[in-house]
Amino acid sequence: MSHYTVAFAGNPNTGKSTLFNLLTGLRQHTGNWAGKTVTTAEGEFTHNQHVYRAVDLPGTYSLYSNSADEEAARDYIIFEQPVVTLVVLDATSLERNLNLALQVLEITGRAVVCINLIDEAKKLGISINLKAIARQLGVPVVAISARNQTGIGELLDQLERVATGAFAGKPLKITYSDEIEQGIAELLPLVEQTVGSRYPARWIALRLMDGDSSLLSSLKTHMGRSTSPAHKEVAGHGVTACH
Amino acid sequence: MAGAAIPLSEASNGSLLRISGIDVQGVLRRRLLDLGFVTGNTVEVLRRSPLGDPVAFRVSNTTIALRREESSLIYGELLGGEEA
Ligand SMILES: Nc1nc2c(ncn2[C@@H]2O[C@H](COP(=O)(O)OP(=O)(O)OP(=O)(O)O)[C@@H](O)[C@H]2O)c(=O)[nH]1
Ligand SMILES: [Mg+2]
Repeated sequence: MSHYTVAFAGNPNTGKSTLFNLLTGLRQHTGNWAGKTVTTAEGEFTHNQHVYRAVDLPGTYSLYSNSADEEAARDYIIFEQPVVTLVVLDATSLERNLNLALQVLEITGRAVVCINLIDEAKKLGISINLKAIARQLGVPVVAISARNQTGIGELLDQLERVATGAFAGKPLKITYSDEIEQGIAELLPLVEQTVGSRYPARWIALRLMDGDSSLLSSLKTHMGRSTSPAHKEVAGHGVTACH
Repeated sequence: MAGAAIPLSEASNGSLLRISGIDVQGVLRRRLLDLGFVTGNTVEVLRRSPLGDPVAFRVSNTTIALRREESSLIYGELLGGEEA
């Protein structure tokens, strides 16, 4: 029996914990992860004989602004590499919520977009074209109400497709201005050489150009911990070269 | 920048503005963008705290309070809705 880790990401107050509690029932406990004081919940659920380990990340508007919560959520997705990242969005506030969804999709295509609070959206007369959003994002998109427990079966089915690899779509790739794309192209070989294939090189190149020193220091920590001495040397070299 | 642009900190309660620019760099710029203060987006000035700072703004369906240090660096064009 396989064990798939699913991270729950999303803006504050989008119902992540409500969904998390619904799926994991009483089996959740509070956890803590590497070097951070941010506390999160972890639990388990089963669907079609597959066991999932659910990790409830702190709610954030972004993965880039360097608050402790955002760093924790970002580092979890990058370094712990959950099999699926479940991005929970508020159906009544999609424009704002899609910011985080795009940031996650730039890191990993192993994602399911879960549009929660669909009951509220209906009340407000908001109708959402799930197919169109799924087509644009390139990952499964499901509408649910965690409170009313609607759409949960479909959500779990889509989660399974991504977890098992049955779904292998191509996530949206954002093309930037010529100047930025040129910068990416220049940095990419260095980044790939430095971090290997384990981490999302294009995204790291973008973050380096943005001067994201918090990511850089997380990278140094994690690579120092998990690679051979030979690799460490390369890492040090590459990082210097990127400045 | 267009002549009509004023800093959000100067807009009175109830006014609606379309953001025309953000005069900040680095992490704070990123933070403001992530909160929804994106060029072209509409902002409503909701209310001021008793001492006048911070000010609550409504942007992309969420209420966000900004201090003057931040709101004075975000520029917008008035769209109306201003109190008489
Ligand atoms: N109407 C409605 N309310 C919901 C739904 N899901 C969650 N809520 C409510 O939304 C509020 C926030 O839910 P939480 O589960 O705490 O949200 P969260 O994403 O974990 O919030 P943070 O941990 O702060 O990021 C609660 O009052 C929930 O009862 C839903 O599908 N429909
Ligand atoms: Mg929560």
